[in-house]
Amino acid sequence: MAIEGTVVVEIDRCKGCGLCIEACPQHVLDFADSKVNIKGYRYVVLTSAGCTGCTNCAIVCPDRVLTIYRKKEA
Amino acid sequence: MESTDIIKPENLVYKRSRLMTEQPLSYCPGCGHGTVTNLIAEVIEELGIESEVIGIAPVGCAVTVYDFIAIDWIGAAHGRATAVATAVKRVLPDRYVFTYQGDGDLAAIGTAETIHACNRGENITIIFVNNGIYGMTGGQMAPTTLEGMKTSTCPYGRDVNMQGPPIDITRMIAVLSGTYYVTRQAVHTPAAVRKTKKALLKAFELQKTNKGVSFIEIVSNCNSGWKMSPVDANRWMEEKMFKIYPLGDIKVDGKMLV
Repeated sequence: MAIEGTVVVEIDRCKGCGLCIEACPQHVLDFADSKVNIKGYRYVVLTSAGCTGCTNCAIVCPDRVLTIYRKKEA
Repeated sequence: MESTDIIKPENLVYKRSRLMTEQPLSYCPGCGHGTVTNLIAEVIEELGIESEVIGIAPVGCAVTVYDFIAIDWIGAAHGRATAVATAVKRVLPDRYVFTYQGDGDLAAIGTAETIHACNRGENITIIFVNNGIYGMTGGQMAPTTLEGMKTSTCPYGRDVNMQGPPIDITRMIAVLSGTYYVTRQAVHTPAAVRKTKKALLKAFELQKTNKGVSFIEIVSNCNSGWKMSPVDANRWMEEKMFKIYPLGDIKVDGKMLV
């Protein structure tokens, strides 16, 4: 069974630098379509299934806006 | 695309360190300072030393760090962080003392303090974020600015005949007998971040052994100062900065490598 993970974004803390999008090995992160957060920055969202919860995006994020969950193997 | 069956406390694999305050970081989007600040908080949390650690924040982009990590801090005059750290460590030798400095602070105005603290072999950790520019004041040339690099005070690029070549202060202090662990890392990729975290852990642990200065340079981007997007700035850093400031350990256990 594939490893299942997910990302929770603290939208209003995101500054839209895009470093997590670059770091994601599964290419499942992208900017939200024509939306900005309370500070006026573009923000990142999970765009499709396939996240493995590898934490690469979270540790390159300078503002640590991403919280990562990974499903435990049954 | 957030699956609620995965978002459970027992499935949590990563979240921001609890030592980080709720205050949003004042750094520009994509700045390496944010990653380094968070790594310091994570390392202090992992070692469980938050009540025994004293940080020294001098002037520069590094100064605002005392708003973000909930530990004891002292603000130092520009460049004088290592001198203040010396005093703190001598008065309270059982505490973990570290400085958090940029290149304008450590390699320009604070050169004398840095070199002499390293020469004396003070038992402190120096964290040096090198982005080759004076970020906070508006992107002026720093001693660490690369040859040909454009800044607001050298708009045609740094001319080595006029301003000299970039200073490699990390190599300079590595030859001093007072330094015990000297390394150069970066935070632009997940792998680099993990290596930097290991280096920070090692540096803090070394303070228990009273061996001397542990010095960590972190080559960082300054996308506002360099006038690039964060992703482009990291690519540029890989191409240009790492040639002049190659990553890796320089001195381990008091012995020079290479």
